[in-house]
Amino acid sequence: MKTENQRAWFFVLPVLLLVAFNALVPIMTVVNYSVQETFGNNVFFWQGLDWFENILRSDRFQASLGRQFLFTFLILIIEVPLGIIIALSMPRQGIWVPVCLVTMALPMLIPWNVVGAMWNIFTLPEIGLLGYLMNNTLGIPYDMTQNPFAAWVTIITMDVWHWTSLVVLLSYAGLVSIPDAYYQAAKIDGASPWKVFRYIQLPKMKTVLTIAILLRFMDSFNIYTEPFVLTGGGPGNSTTLLSIDLVKIALGQFDLGPAAAMSLIYFAITLLVSWLFYTLMTKDDRK
Amino acid sequence: MRKRALIPILYILFLMLPIYWLIAMSFKTTNEILSGFSLFPQTFTLENYRVIFTDPTWYWGYINSIIYVSLNTVISVTVALPAAYAFSRYRFLGDKQLFFWLLTNRMAPAAVFALPFFQLYSSVGLFDTHLAVALAHSLFNIPLAVWILEGFMGGVPKELDETAYVDGYSFPRFFVTIFLPTIKAGVGVAAFFAFMFSWVELLLAKTLTAVAAKPIAATMTKTASSAGYELGLLAAAGTLTIIPGAIVIYFVRNYIAKGFALGRV
Repeated sequence: MKTENQRAWFFVLPVLLLVAFNALVPIMTVVNYSVQETFGNNVFFWQGLDWFENILRSDRFQASLGRQFLFTFLILIIEVPLGIIIALSMPRQGIWVPVCLVTMALPMLIPWNVVGAMWNIFTLPEIGLLGYLMNNTLGIPYDMTQNPFAAWVTIITMDVWHWTSLVVLLSYAGLVSIPDAYYQAAKIDGASPWKVFRYIQLPKMKTVLTIAILLRFMDSFNIYTEPFVLTGGGPGNSTTLLSIDLVKIALGQFDLGPAAAMSLIYFAITLLVSWLFYTLMTKDDRK
Repeated sequence: MRKRALIPILYILFLMLPIYWLIAMSFKTTNEILSGFSLFPQTFTLENYRVIFTDPTWYWGYINSIIYVSLNTVISVTVALPAAYAFSRYRFLGDKQLFFWLLTNRMAPAAVFALPFFQLYSSVGLFDTHLAVALAHSLFNIPLAVWILEGFMGGVPKELDETAYVDGYSFPRFFVTIFLPTIKAGVGVAAFFAFMFSWVELLLAKTLTAVAAKPIAATMTKTASSAGYELGLLAAAGTLTIIPGAIVIYFVRNYIAKGFALGRV
């Protein structure tokens, strides 16, 4: 049991100060910009909620938001089942365990722009391994700078390559925590592999899968660097996800008002969906 | 060999292919790269690596990255330790709200913070310093470190604390000589995550630096756009950024699965 102690605040104070400095000042700056119009020279005019209305109604924002949800949805339905399958078939002990874990974790420690550059080199039509194999060996026309579908397949594959290991490692951590006695009991009862999965392994993985889905949702929803380096949002606007669009408006066109309003809407959506996920997935625990 | 082993083998093969291609590319000459497809380097060259190790704009990129990543790791773990202890041991006014608020910062899109961070750090005179990047990255690394450490600390029975007080230990002495060694795996994992997310992040690091603290990743993007087709050089620089990650994974290999579960299994 935890004890009531208000002096615990002193322990939290350093974190509070640092994060507040980093979070509150910038958020207030964004809020400030979002309700004003400027023509430069630090002259601002009150604009009210016009920017929010403009952004929410604009086709451009709705299109980026749609692409963003499609991207996040696709990577979640691929990475989560795939990660569970790989974790289930991994060895539980022996010398191959550390080998598997280290090689699988490797993609996650590569800087994001290097991930983008690596996949760019990998998929170049005449020079890259994948591009060459597709075009010259298999005879499938593949050029992601021309074809939006190829660009989508490439960014999805890249994300699966980059982040499936997170789901694998989390599921694996859940699996190895199951005592042998559970499996022995299941064997005595003559349970099928599916039943073992459904009633022993899946419930044990629930907490870690919640963390995995939550982390994958947040990070894929905020993704910027990898697709930006790989496709630059193209061809056309076909892979312009929310962050790419936002940076274009904020740092490219320097439209501070619309960019700030868009930032707040964006952040609010991320928070709302994360909260929904979290409540839905932990609902049973509280009953 | 059982059939089941095929799945992880195929998966690891899939993971290694693009990495192999990057490494193979880094040992090729520009001529060979542009003249057509070759699975292995035909004329093996170390020229790309020689350029990186002799040109200060290149190798300073690595040094800058390592400085701000180390700074960030130290800051994040140091301030997260007492906070995680408070969350795992005490109830206090607003504790749940505070914890959730901390986590919301982990959810913030970096793109939202790029511009205001630039203005904030310019106005306090920290622009283009390693400290600025380290502090900016602590926005999402501190919440994560608190979350991980709280998970590991929750697994330590409270009796440990009480026995120490009965034995006459003061709080600081207990924390450093008894508690920290007990959760050293958690500290290692938290440091690993702080390192990881600071090392791979580029958008904020690039926005907050110009010359003096410019990260290697930013040097790479500039080369990619200005020099046109120096793919070999780019591949060599990319290959070198994989090495620090590989080294830190090796150190936490025994805790990595538990670590990714944030100490919650």
